[in-house]
Amino acid sequence: MNGHGVIELRDIGFRYDQHQVLAGVDLSLEEGELVLVSGRTGVGKSTLLGIVTGLVPRFTGGVLTGDVLLDGQSIVDQPPRERAHLVGYVGQDPLAGFVADTVEEELAYGMEQLGTAPETMRRRVEETLDLLGIADLRSRDLRTLSGGQQQRVAIGAVLTTHPRVLVLDEPTSALDPTAAEEVLATITRLVHDLGLTVLLAEHRLERVVPFADRICLVTGDGGIRVDEPHRILVDSPVAPPLVHLGRLVGWDPLPLTVRDARRLARSLPDVAPPEPTSASAAEPLLAARGVTVVHGSHVAVRGVDLTLASGQVTVLMGRNGSGKSSLIWALQGTGRRRSGTVDVAGDDPSELAPSERRPRVGLVPQTAADLLYLETVAEECAAADAGAEAEPGTCRGLLDRLAPGIDETVHPRDLSEGQRLALALSIILTARPPVVLLDEPTRGLDYAGKAELARIVADLAADDHAVLLATHDVEFAAHVADEVVVMAEGEIVSQGTPRRVLAESPSFAPQVTKVLGPPWLVVEEVAAALARTGAGRP
Amino acid sequence: MTGPTALPRDLHPLAWWAWAIGLATAASLTTNPLLLLLIMGSATVVVMARRSGHPFGRSFRLYVLLALFTVVMRVVFRIVFGGQEIGHVLLDLPEIPLPDWAAGIRLLGPVTSEAALAGLYDGLRLAAIIICVGAANSLANPKRVLASVPPALYEIGTALVVAVTIFPQLAESARRVRAAQALRGGATSGVGRLRRFLVPVLEDALERSLSLAAGMDTRGYGRSGGASVRERWVTGSLLLLALTGICVGTYAWLDPTAPQVLALPMLAAGVAVAVVGLASAGRRVQRTRYRPDAWRGAELLTVGVGVAVAVLGWYVSHTQVVVAYPGVDVVPYLSPLALALGVLGALPAVATPVPATAPVRREVMA
Repeated sequence: MNGHGVIELRDIGFRYDQHQVLAGVDLSLEEGELVLVSGRTGVGKSTLLGIVTGLVPRFTGGVLTGDVLLDGQSIVDQPPRERAHLVGYVGQDPLAGFVADTVEEELAYGMEQLGTAPETMRRRVEETLDLLGIADLRSRDLRTLSGGQQQRVAIGAVLTTHPRVLVLDEPTSALDPTAAEEVLATITRLVHDLGLTVLLAEHRLERVVPFADRICLVTGDGGIRVDEPHRILVDSPVAPPLVHLGRLVGWDPLPLTVRDARRLARSLPDVAPPEPTSASAAEPLLAARGVTVVHGSHVAVRGVDLTLASGQVTVLMGRNGSGKSSLIWALQGTGRRRSGTVDVAGDDPSELAPSERRPRVGLVPQTAADLLYLETVAEECAAADAGAEAEPGTCRGLLDRLAPGIDETVHPRDLSEGQRLALALSIILTARPPVVLLDEPTRGLDYAGKAELARIVADLAADDHAVLLATHDVEFAAHVADEVVVMAEGEIVSQGTPRRVLAESPSFAPQVTKVLGPPWLVVEEVAAALARTGAGRP
Repeated sequence: MTGPTALPRDLHPLAWWAWAIGLATAASLTTNPLLLLLIMGSATVVVMARRSGHPFGRSFRLYVLLALFTVVMRVVFRIVFGGQEIGHVLLDLPEIPLPDWAAGIRLLGPVTSEAALAGLYDGLRLAAIIICVGAANSLANPKRVLASVPPALYEIGTALVVAVTIFPQLAESARRVRAAQALRGGATSGVGRLRRFLVPVLEDALERSLSLAAGMDTRGYGRSGGASVRERWVTGSLLLLALTGICVGTYAWLDPTAPQVLALPMLAAGVAVAVVGLASAGRRVQRTRYRPDAWRGAELLTVGVGVAVAVLGWYVSHTQVVVAYPGVDVVPYLSPLALALGVLGALPAVATPVPATAPVRREVMA
């Protein structure tokens, strides 16, 4: 590679109208390197990826300056389709990008476009099926695959054209921890075995940092910082819990893997583990007994008993397709139960009209945007007040508490992911339901967004709401949960305090637990314990 | 020839369509209920024996229901709107008097066996055509049909495939939004309600389309390949010229006041230029097909059966008019030739290989 990388960005600048997103960016990716693009939401991570694939500015608008070189040749003027044999791109939602019906056809699609010879196509499809371990899925309909399988097929589909660079935009954001590990293991294998260069953006650093060779931190003022992970993470605004722990106790160099941290943790002073908080006898607001939900011949939820108590936050976990959403919709009353009972203050929500359900059980669906349909935040709030027959200004007041400082003339789609969620939640809360259900609210939130959501959830619990939320994010669950319920195949497999359920499970244990062992869950506990014993930063 | 020992594989979708169109042609050339039932039976036997695992394979039942509905409607219409005055009266219904401005329309009145039978025969003919189309649809995956268009039309073919794929997703999105909107209060009637429902669904559809377009673009859809500007210009003008020719020709042909010299000659010239244009466009396409459907003996045989059934149907309708169009006052019967015609259509049920596509396992995702 006589001195230059596979992909080189030279003096890249990008702006929309007056808003300068990137300025003077230089980045060079070496062969066989995995570079993680990180940064807060909205700083231009996706823009940076799009410049490499050619989708920016062609699909987004805006003005791009500077040059992009691949193997020393400028490709900045080539549209994405002419770069297809050089740069492979996998988006956030693999299903949205699928063109064909079956796994095999999808893998071949890219090669058909490039005019690859039929024998070569046949061979490469077989090789790719084996490389990604998806050979048994070859004739399956893409829509019947699980999220992790879909993501691996999407990666396979761009690999068949043998690109030099693979660009992935949040490949694991919608996946459960196990599926995310599968996908990341696949990506690492490609980097190691094939020498593929990978550029990857991801919110959940705890998943990806151990695999990254370098981190490209998009700082938000138009620039980037590129360096080895432990140097970048010293003061990066986004960092996994492991790094927060390392910063707290002053480890140098920072541990990037749980294994490193465990070794360093032996030198920690002995501190008293956190006291298990005694479960207060709270008043139950929703009681479900033997809830069973059946979709066609598939039993989504099988005889689930669940009690949601006032002031308690219950977190629902489990792999994709384990019945979390079906249970949530059944508790709300819209989802049809096959059998079982749900009791909210003496009423069964499934027997009530939608307008009578709303003051009893509130639900924020997985795609919060489905709830919104008006042009400004103010209109949405006014419609919510009118719909719930609440005092004008109720919804706006709730929104100001949940997410202060949102301009009310903004279009809801222009809000950040976290703000949009807060708006949807305010609309639901306007009807004053005592029970609030949230279906995967952490999707697409960065660390700051999740911290904000954790505060909102804690506030709801403090107001004596009963909160149930489904999430894949173990770190978030460790922060907010009073009780954790893990589902598999539609049944509850474990239930109890996070200290018991999360700490005991190998796939759901948060990083701090993995390092320090139970009963530690979150960095804040360690900080408090250290402060108590007077041992802090050396 | 492909014997029953042939390895399992999917037949070329166009072969199934050719066979089905042949059967439908024969059905449209007769009103003999026995022959029509035979043709429908042949189509059904083939579907039962050779339908594949793709979701469209399960659609045959819908076509059968539609066919049944057509027959019933045909007969009911004959009864409600009366018709023949003469004949054997089966049921003497009173005629409902209509005002003068509805002259020419009769409501109810005596029901003759002739009218009911004529309705039945006519309905059966339509039903047979519906069953044939349904058979083709459940035997051949429509997406594979669209995928086997000539290379020059490939882009349009892909767009159609995507549209077919997107449709179920749109239904899913509509279902999700309807459930979500019930979670909040507000306008529940009129324009407000429509807006609440349409805005999120359309936004969702637009977002999906954009990400699909981005995905297709990054994977090389629509690459110009090695075509030079000149080549593209030539192809473009040829196709434009052809389109103009075909438009003018069709217009002249349909409008008798237009000069007839513009009609068929113009149409023919347009088609000719179109063929040249498509060939020119196809030549520069650097695209390949992954495991294209093969065209072998079984395909030829299936197409041959379709053609033979159509030709025999035409022959019977011209030479054995009594068999093809039996009167409503006599018992219909079949000549040996018509019987052969009806049974011949079922030949692909044994003469084609078993489809390779196993029924898809369905995993419902919550």
